[in-house]
Amino acid sequence: MLAAILSIGGIGLVAAAALGVAAKKFAVEVDPREMAVLEVLPGANCGACGLPGCAGYAKGVVEGTIAANLCTPGGAETVEQIAHILGIEAITSEPKVAVVLCQGDNQKATAKYRYLGLEDCNAAQKIADGPKACPGGCLGLGSCERACPFGAIEMTAEGLAVISRAKCTGCEKCVAACPRQVIRMAPLDAMTHVLCNSHDKGAAVRKYCQIGCIGCNICKKTAPEAYVIENFLARVEYQHHLDAAVAVEKCPTKCIRDFSTGYPQGSSFPPPTVPLKRDAAV
Amino acid sequence: MNNQLYLSSSPHIHSGETTDKVMRLVIYALLPATLLSIYFFGLPALSVLLICTLGCMAFEALGCILMKQPQTLKDGSAALTGILLALNMPPSSPWWLSLLGAAIAILIGKQIYGGLGYNPFNPALVARVVLLISFPVQMTSWTAPTPLGSGIDAVTAATPLGEMKTAVMLTGKLPELATSGFTDYFTGNMAGSLGEVSALALLLGGLFLLLKKVISWHIPVSFLGTVVIVGGIFWLVDASKYPNPIFHLITGGLLLGAFFMATDMVTSPVTFQGMLIFGFGCGLLTVLIRLFGGYPEGVSFAILLMNACTPLIDRYCRPKIYGQVEQKA
Amino acid sequence: MTQKTFAGGLHPPDSKQFSAHKPIERCPLPAELIIPAAQHIGAPAEICVAVGDLVKKGQIIANAKGFVSVPVHASTSGEVIAVEPRLHPMGRPLPAVVIKPDGLDQWDESLKGNDPEQLDVATLKDLIRNAGIVGLGGATFPAHVKLSPPQDKTIDTLILNGVECEPFLTADHRLMLEESARLIDGIKILCKVLGISTAIIGIEANKPDAIDFLSKECAPHKIAVQSLKVQYPQGAEKQLIDACTGRQVPSGGLPMDCGVVVQNVGTAAAISDAIRLGRPLVERIATITGPGIKEPKNLLIAIGTPLQHLVNQCGGLNGEPAKIIMGGPMMGQTQLSLEVPAIRGTSGVLIFREQDLPQMKASPCIRCGRCISVCPIHLQPTTIATYARLELVDEAESYHALDCIECGCCTYICPATLPLVQSIRHIKGGIMAKRRKL
Repeated sequence: MLAAILSIGGIGLVAAAALGVAAKKFAVEVDPREMAVLEVLPGANCGACGLPGCAGYAKGVVEGTIAANLCTPGGAETVEQIAHILGIEAITSEPKVAVVLCQGDNQKATAKYRYLGLEDCNAAQKIADGPKACPGGCLGLGSCERACPFGAIEMTAEGLAVISRAKCTGCEKCVAACPRQVIRMAPLDAMTHVLCNSHDKGAAVRKYCQIGCIGCNICKKTAPEAYVIENFLARVEYQHHLDAAVAVEKCPTKCIRDFSTGYPQGSSFPPPTVPLKRDAAV
Repeated sequence: MNNQLYLSSSPHIHSGETTDKVMRLVIYALLPATLLSIYFFGLPALSVLLICTLGCMAFEALGCILMKQPQTLKDGSAALTGILLALNMPPSSPWWLSLLGAAIAILIGKQIYGGLGYNPFNPALVARVVLLISFPVQMTSWTAPTPLGSGIDAVTAATPLGEMKTAVMLTGKLPELATSGFTDYFTGNMAGSLGEVSALALLLGGLFLLLKKVISWHIPVSFLGTVVIVGGIFWLVDASKYPNPIFHLITGGLLLGAFFMATDMVTSPVTFQGMLIFGFGCGLLTVLIRLFGGYPEGVSFAILLMNACTPLIDRYCRPKIYGQVEQKA
Repeated sequence: MTQKTFAGGLHPPDSKQFSAHKPIERCPLPAELIIPAAQHIGAPAEICVAVGDLVKKGQIIANAKGFVSVPVHASTSGEVIAVEPRLHPMGRPLPAVVIKPDGLDQWDESLKGNDPEQLDVATLKDLIRNAGIVGLGGATFPAHVKLSPPQDKTIDTLILNGVECEPFLTADHRLMLEESARLIDGIKILCKVLGISTAIIGIEANKPDAIDFLSKECAPHKIAVQSLKVQYPQGAEKQLIDACTGRQVPSGGLPMDCGVVVQNVGTAAAISDAIRLGRPLVERIATITGPGIKEPKNLLIAIGTPLQHLVNQCGGLNGEPAKIIMGGPMMGQTQLSLEVPAIRGTSGVLIFREQDLPQMKASPCIRCGRCISVCPIHLQPTTIATYARLELVDEAESYHALDCIECGCCTYICPATLPLVQSIRHIKGGIMAKRRKL
């Protein structure tokens, strides 16, 4: 009995000593500020900052090799906390949100062909430039949904990507995942958007989509400050976004949407509240 | 007309071979052994078979619903797991044991990993081993075969491997049954789990799978070959203590394991070279457990241990690609 | 004769019985020819005619741009009625010259034939290039580039690809039976250009008549005919070289790296015309077939003929088409419409109806390893496809994704009906993009 206790205890002591020596000898110097920064980061490892993970970003920020305001998912609060830890001044950027500039789901937009194969927008885009007749419309195969680290994107039953303004953190992963550049970043407080991405002339758009922008200029006539038309496609000038809502009712194809009235058809997200501020914002 | 056309990436034809077909062929290959086990063990065997198979199918359906995955009951993999599980159970198993086995096989062995294709371990073997460890009494209560219509009541008996282990442990010598009676073992006239009993029926099924190219020869040949060679070496060293390699081959679950369990595609390596290593490992572990381990039978443990090695084997056994060697010319 | 082969591959039903016995038929000219400027691998040619121009058959209508490029010629005489983007077999509108044939089909008088014996190698190569000769097996790689190996590479063997391993297609088969004189002449010209004497015609054993006939015809010319096992993709360049010579093209290399040049039999015949008659590549043989065609045929077609016209020549459509494939069923490209023109690389047009399409409902990989055992490059398609799904570019690269020849064997055999080739193609794009960034 005694022998057993002694031998086990002995092994324990030797091992503890070895561990202690190893901990001293192989210790990695970590700047305590680095741990503190890592604490305040969201920990999603989304890569929005351009580095593979939050730990890498924390290291970069403390070493001063990367700007302290690049964590878009964390928002203003995170930036201020980092600034506080590092003793620098916070430079917060305007919070942004990703928007799918298309409402042409399988019901409203026609297809060039029936696609068979990999459920991936990039793969489908390689086959005759994608199955949608519209060259800019959402392909609906969900590449952005899979790329989103925050579960902020849903695919409607009719194959349209919709991004939740409440869940989106502005990391831009979906923007990179979309082969057709349908997803764009916009200020979080801008609620009115032209949800179309086709630069074709009106007559061509009408052929393949019921809800596409035909470049008719009515929105621009209604709110000249808030809209620009480029290559037959209207776009909201976001610095004047508050004026844009008046044109929603006037649009003949209903391609302008005011998100405060709800998300595009088929979405299960609850309508966003206006004005929506990210909860992290101060 | 134009938007009615299909466009896709090449190729545009397919062999027509599908997962469902592969599973169905394996089930066909198991028919001789299944029927023979019903013949030898009668109604208890039939009830074990039915409970395991239907149980597995029910749990598969339930699993898909719980995991919110598309229903995969139709691909036949659950039915196959059920049959394999039944063939690994003693014929006298109580109904609750079979049902519990089915639940373990499908829910713990397969569904929690994401269903077919993602399970690291053979589900039927996971269930068998869990039951064997948790319910050793029920899982090792063997009955002697009572062929249908013979009118004999079931009597308890030991498996040849079990008897051998007991005898060797008590006396240090092989019992008589390890040196004779091989014809009975070959046709299946011995105690054991449902599917362990007939070497002949299992061989028929195995050959069918090889002929239909559902499995390749690599795993069975290297598995059985290793058992014969390693078992043979021990036998040559001391024939009074270690059994003849033929005894190894035709008793216990070796043939069932080598043709139907180790060749389970999901849990075995994908390359031919890897399959050979996998089979070798299975064979070596089987013999070592049988001769020196605490359990009389080692096939299930051997296969499960090698299942765990599969990702590692796959990582290191990559085929040499075309043109990888520099040309001499 | 012993049948040589390579390791891997498989044997899909060859479905050649629909058209193998049909002699080559000349297809009448359509109402308009759509001749795209991009018909070869490399830089597209530059269109040099304008609307209203009258062109003769064989006249250059688009000039080569760069070394890996060839000119494009008018396939008949007539008037240029449009120069505009038209739907191309690639699946999008691309610049093309539209010609309204005048019905005279008059050759350009300036085109003159030559005796190849009298010309030096450089002139021969120029003539081949100016005639717009590209690989007619389907890849359309400019022939003169393959014939111009760098100084440090020694070529000792010419292999003529008469394998035609793609199911359904029979164009090369008919060419070997009916055009053996042009084929043999072309081989002799190629041998002269390369300065070699070893030429092997590789033919799959499912064409015994072509093997017998060509063996007899080639005997006096010291050209070997090699019978090859019926095994897809026997006609892929790397596999053909392995089967015929036992050599392997180094990973990432070209056939010339192991001393071999491979040309399609159709290319050799076209080279004969280009030199002896001075006629550029303005027509080719294509197999119009598939269950969606009433009367499958082997047609001699003018480049630029719309597919609809070809289908009409073959008795029209048999039922509602569901898939139009240019090329063979294993590697061919699906088409948006029958309005697209047949181009230099169009070895066949295949039409499937809804009921002829395989049911491909992808299920999880069961790790059966069949894709690995059939891969002619000995890759692990399922592993690469998994990495592709996860966008793990470096891992896919370490499993040699770039060596994939996209032959389709893995997808054909996959019991889970996964689109493996498409996944691998997808990640290959990712790897190339990464390399460009570095």
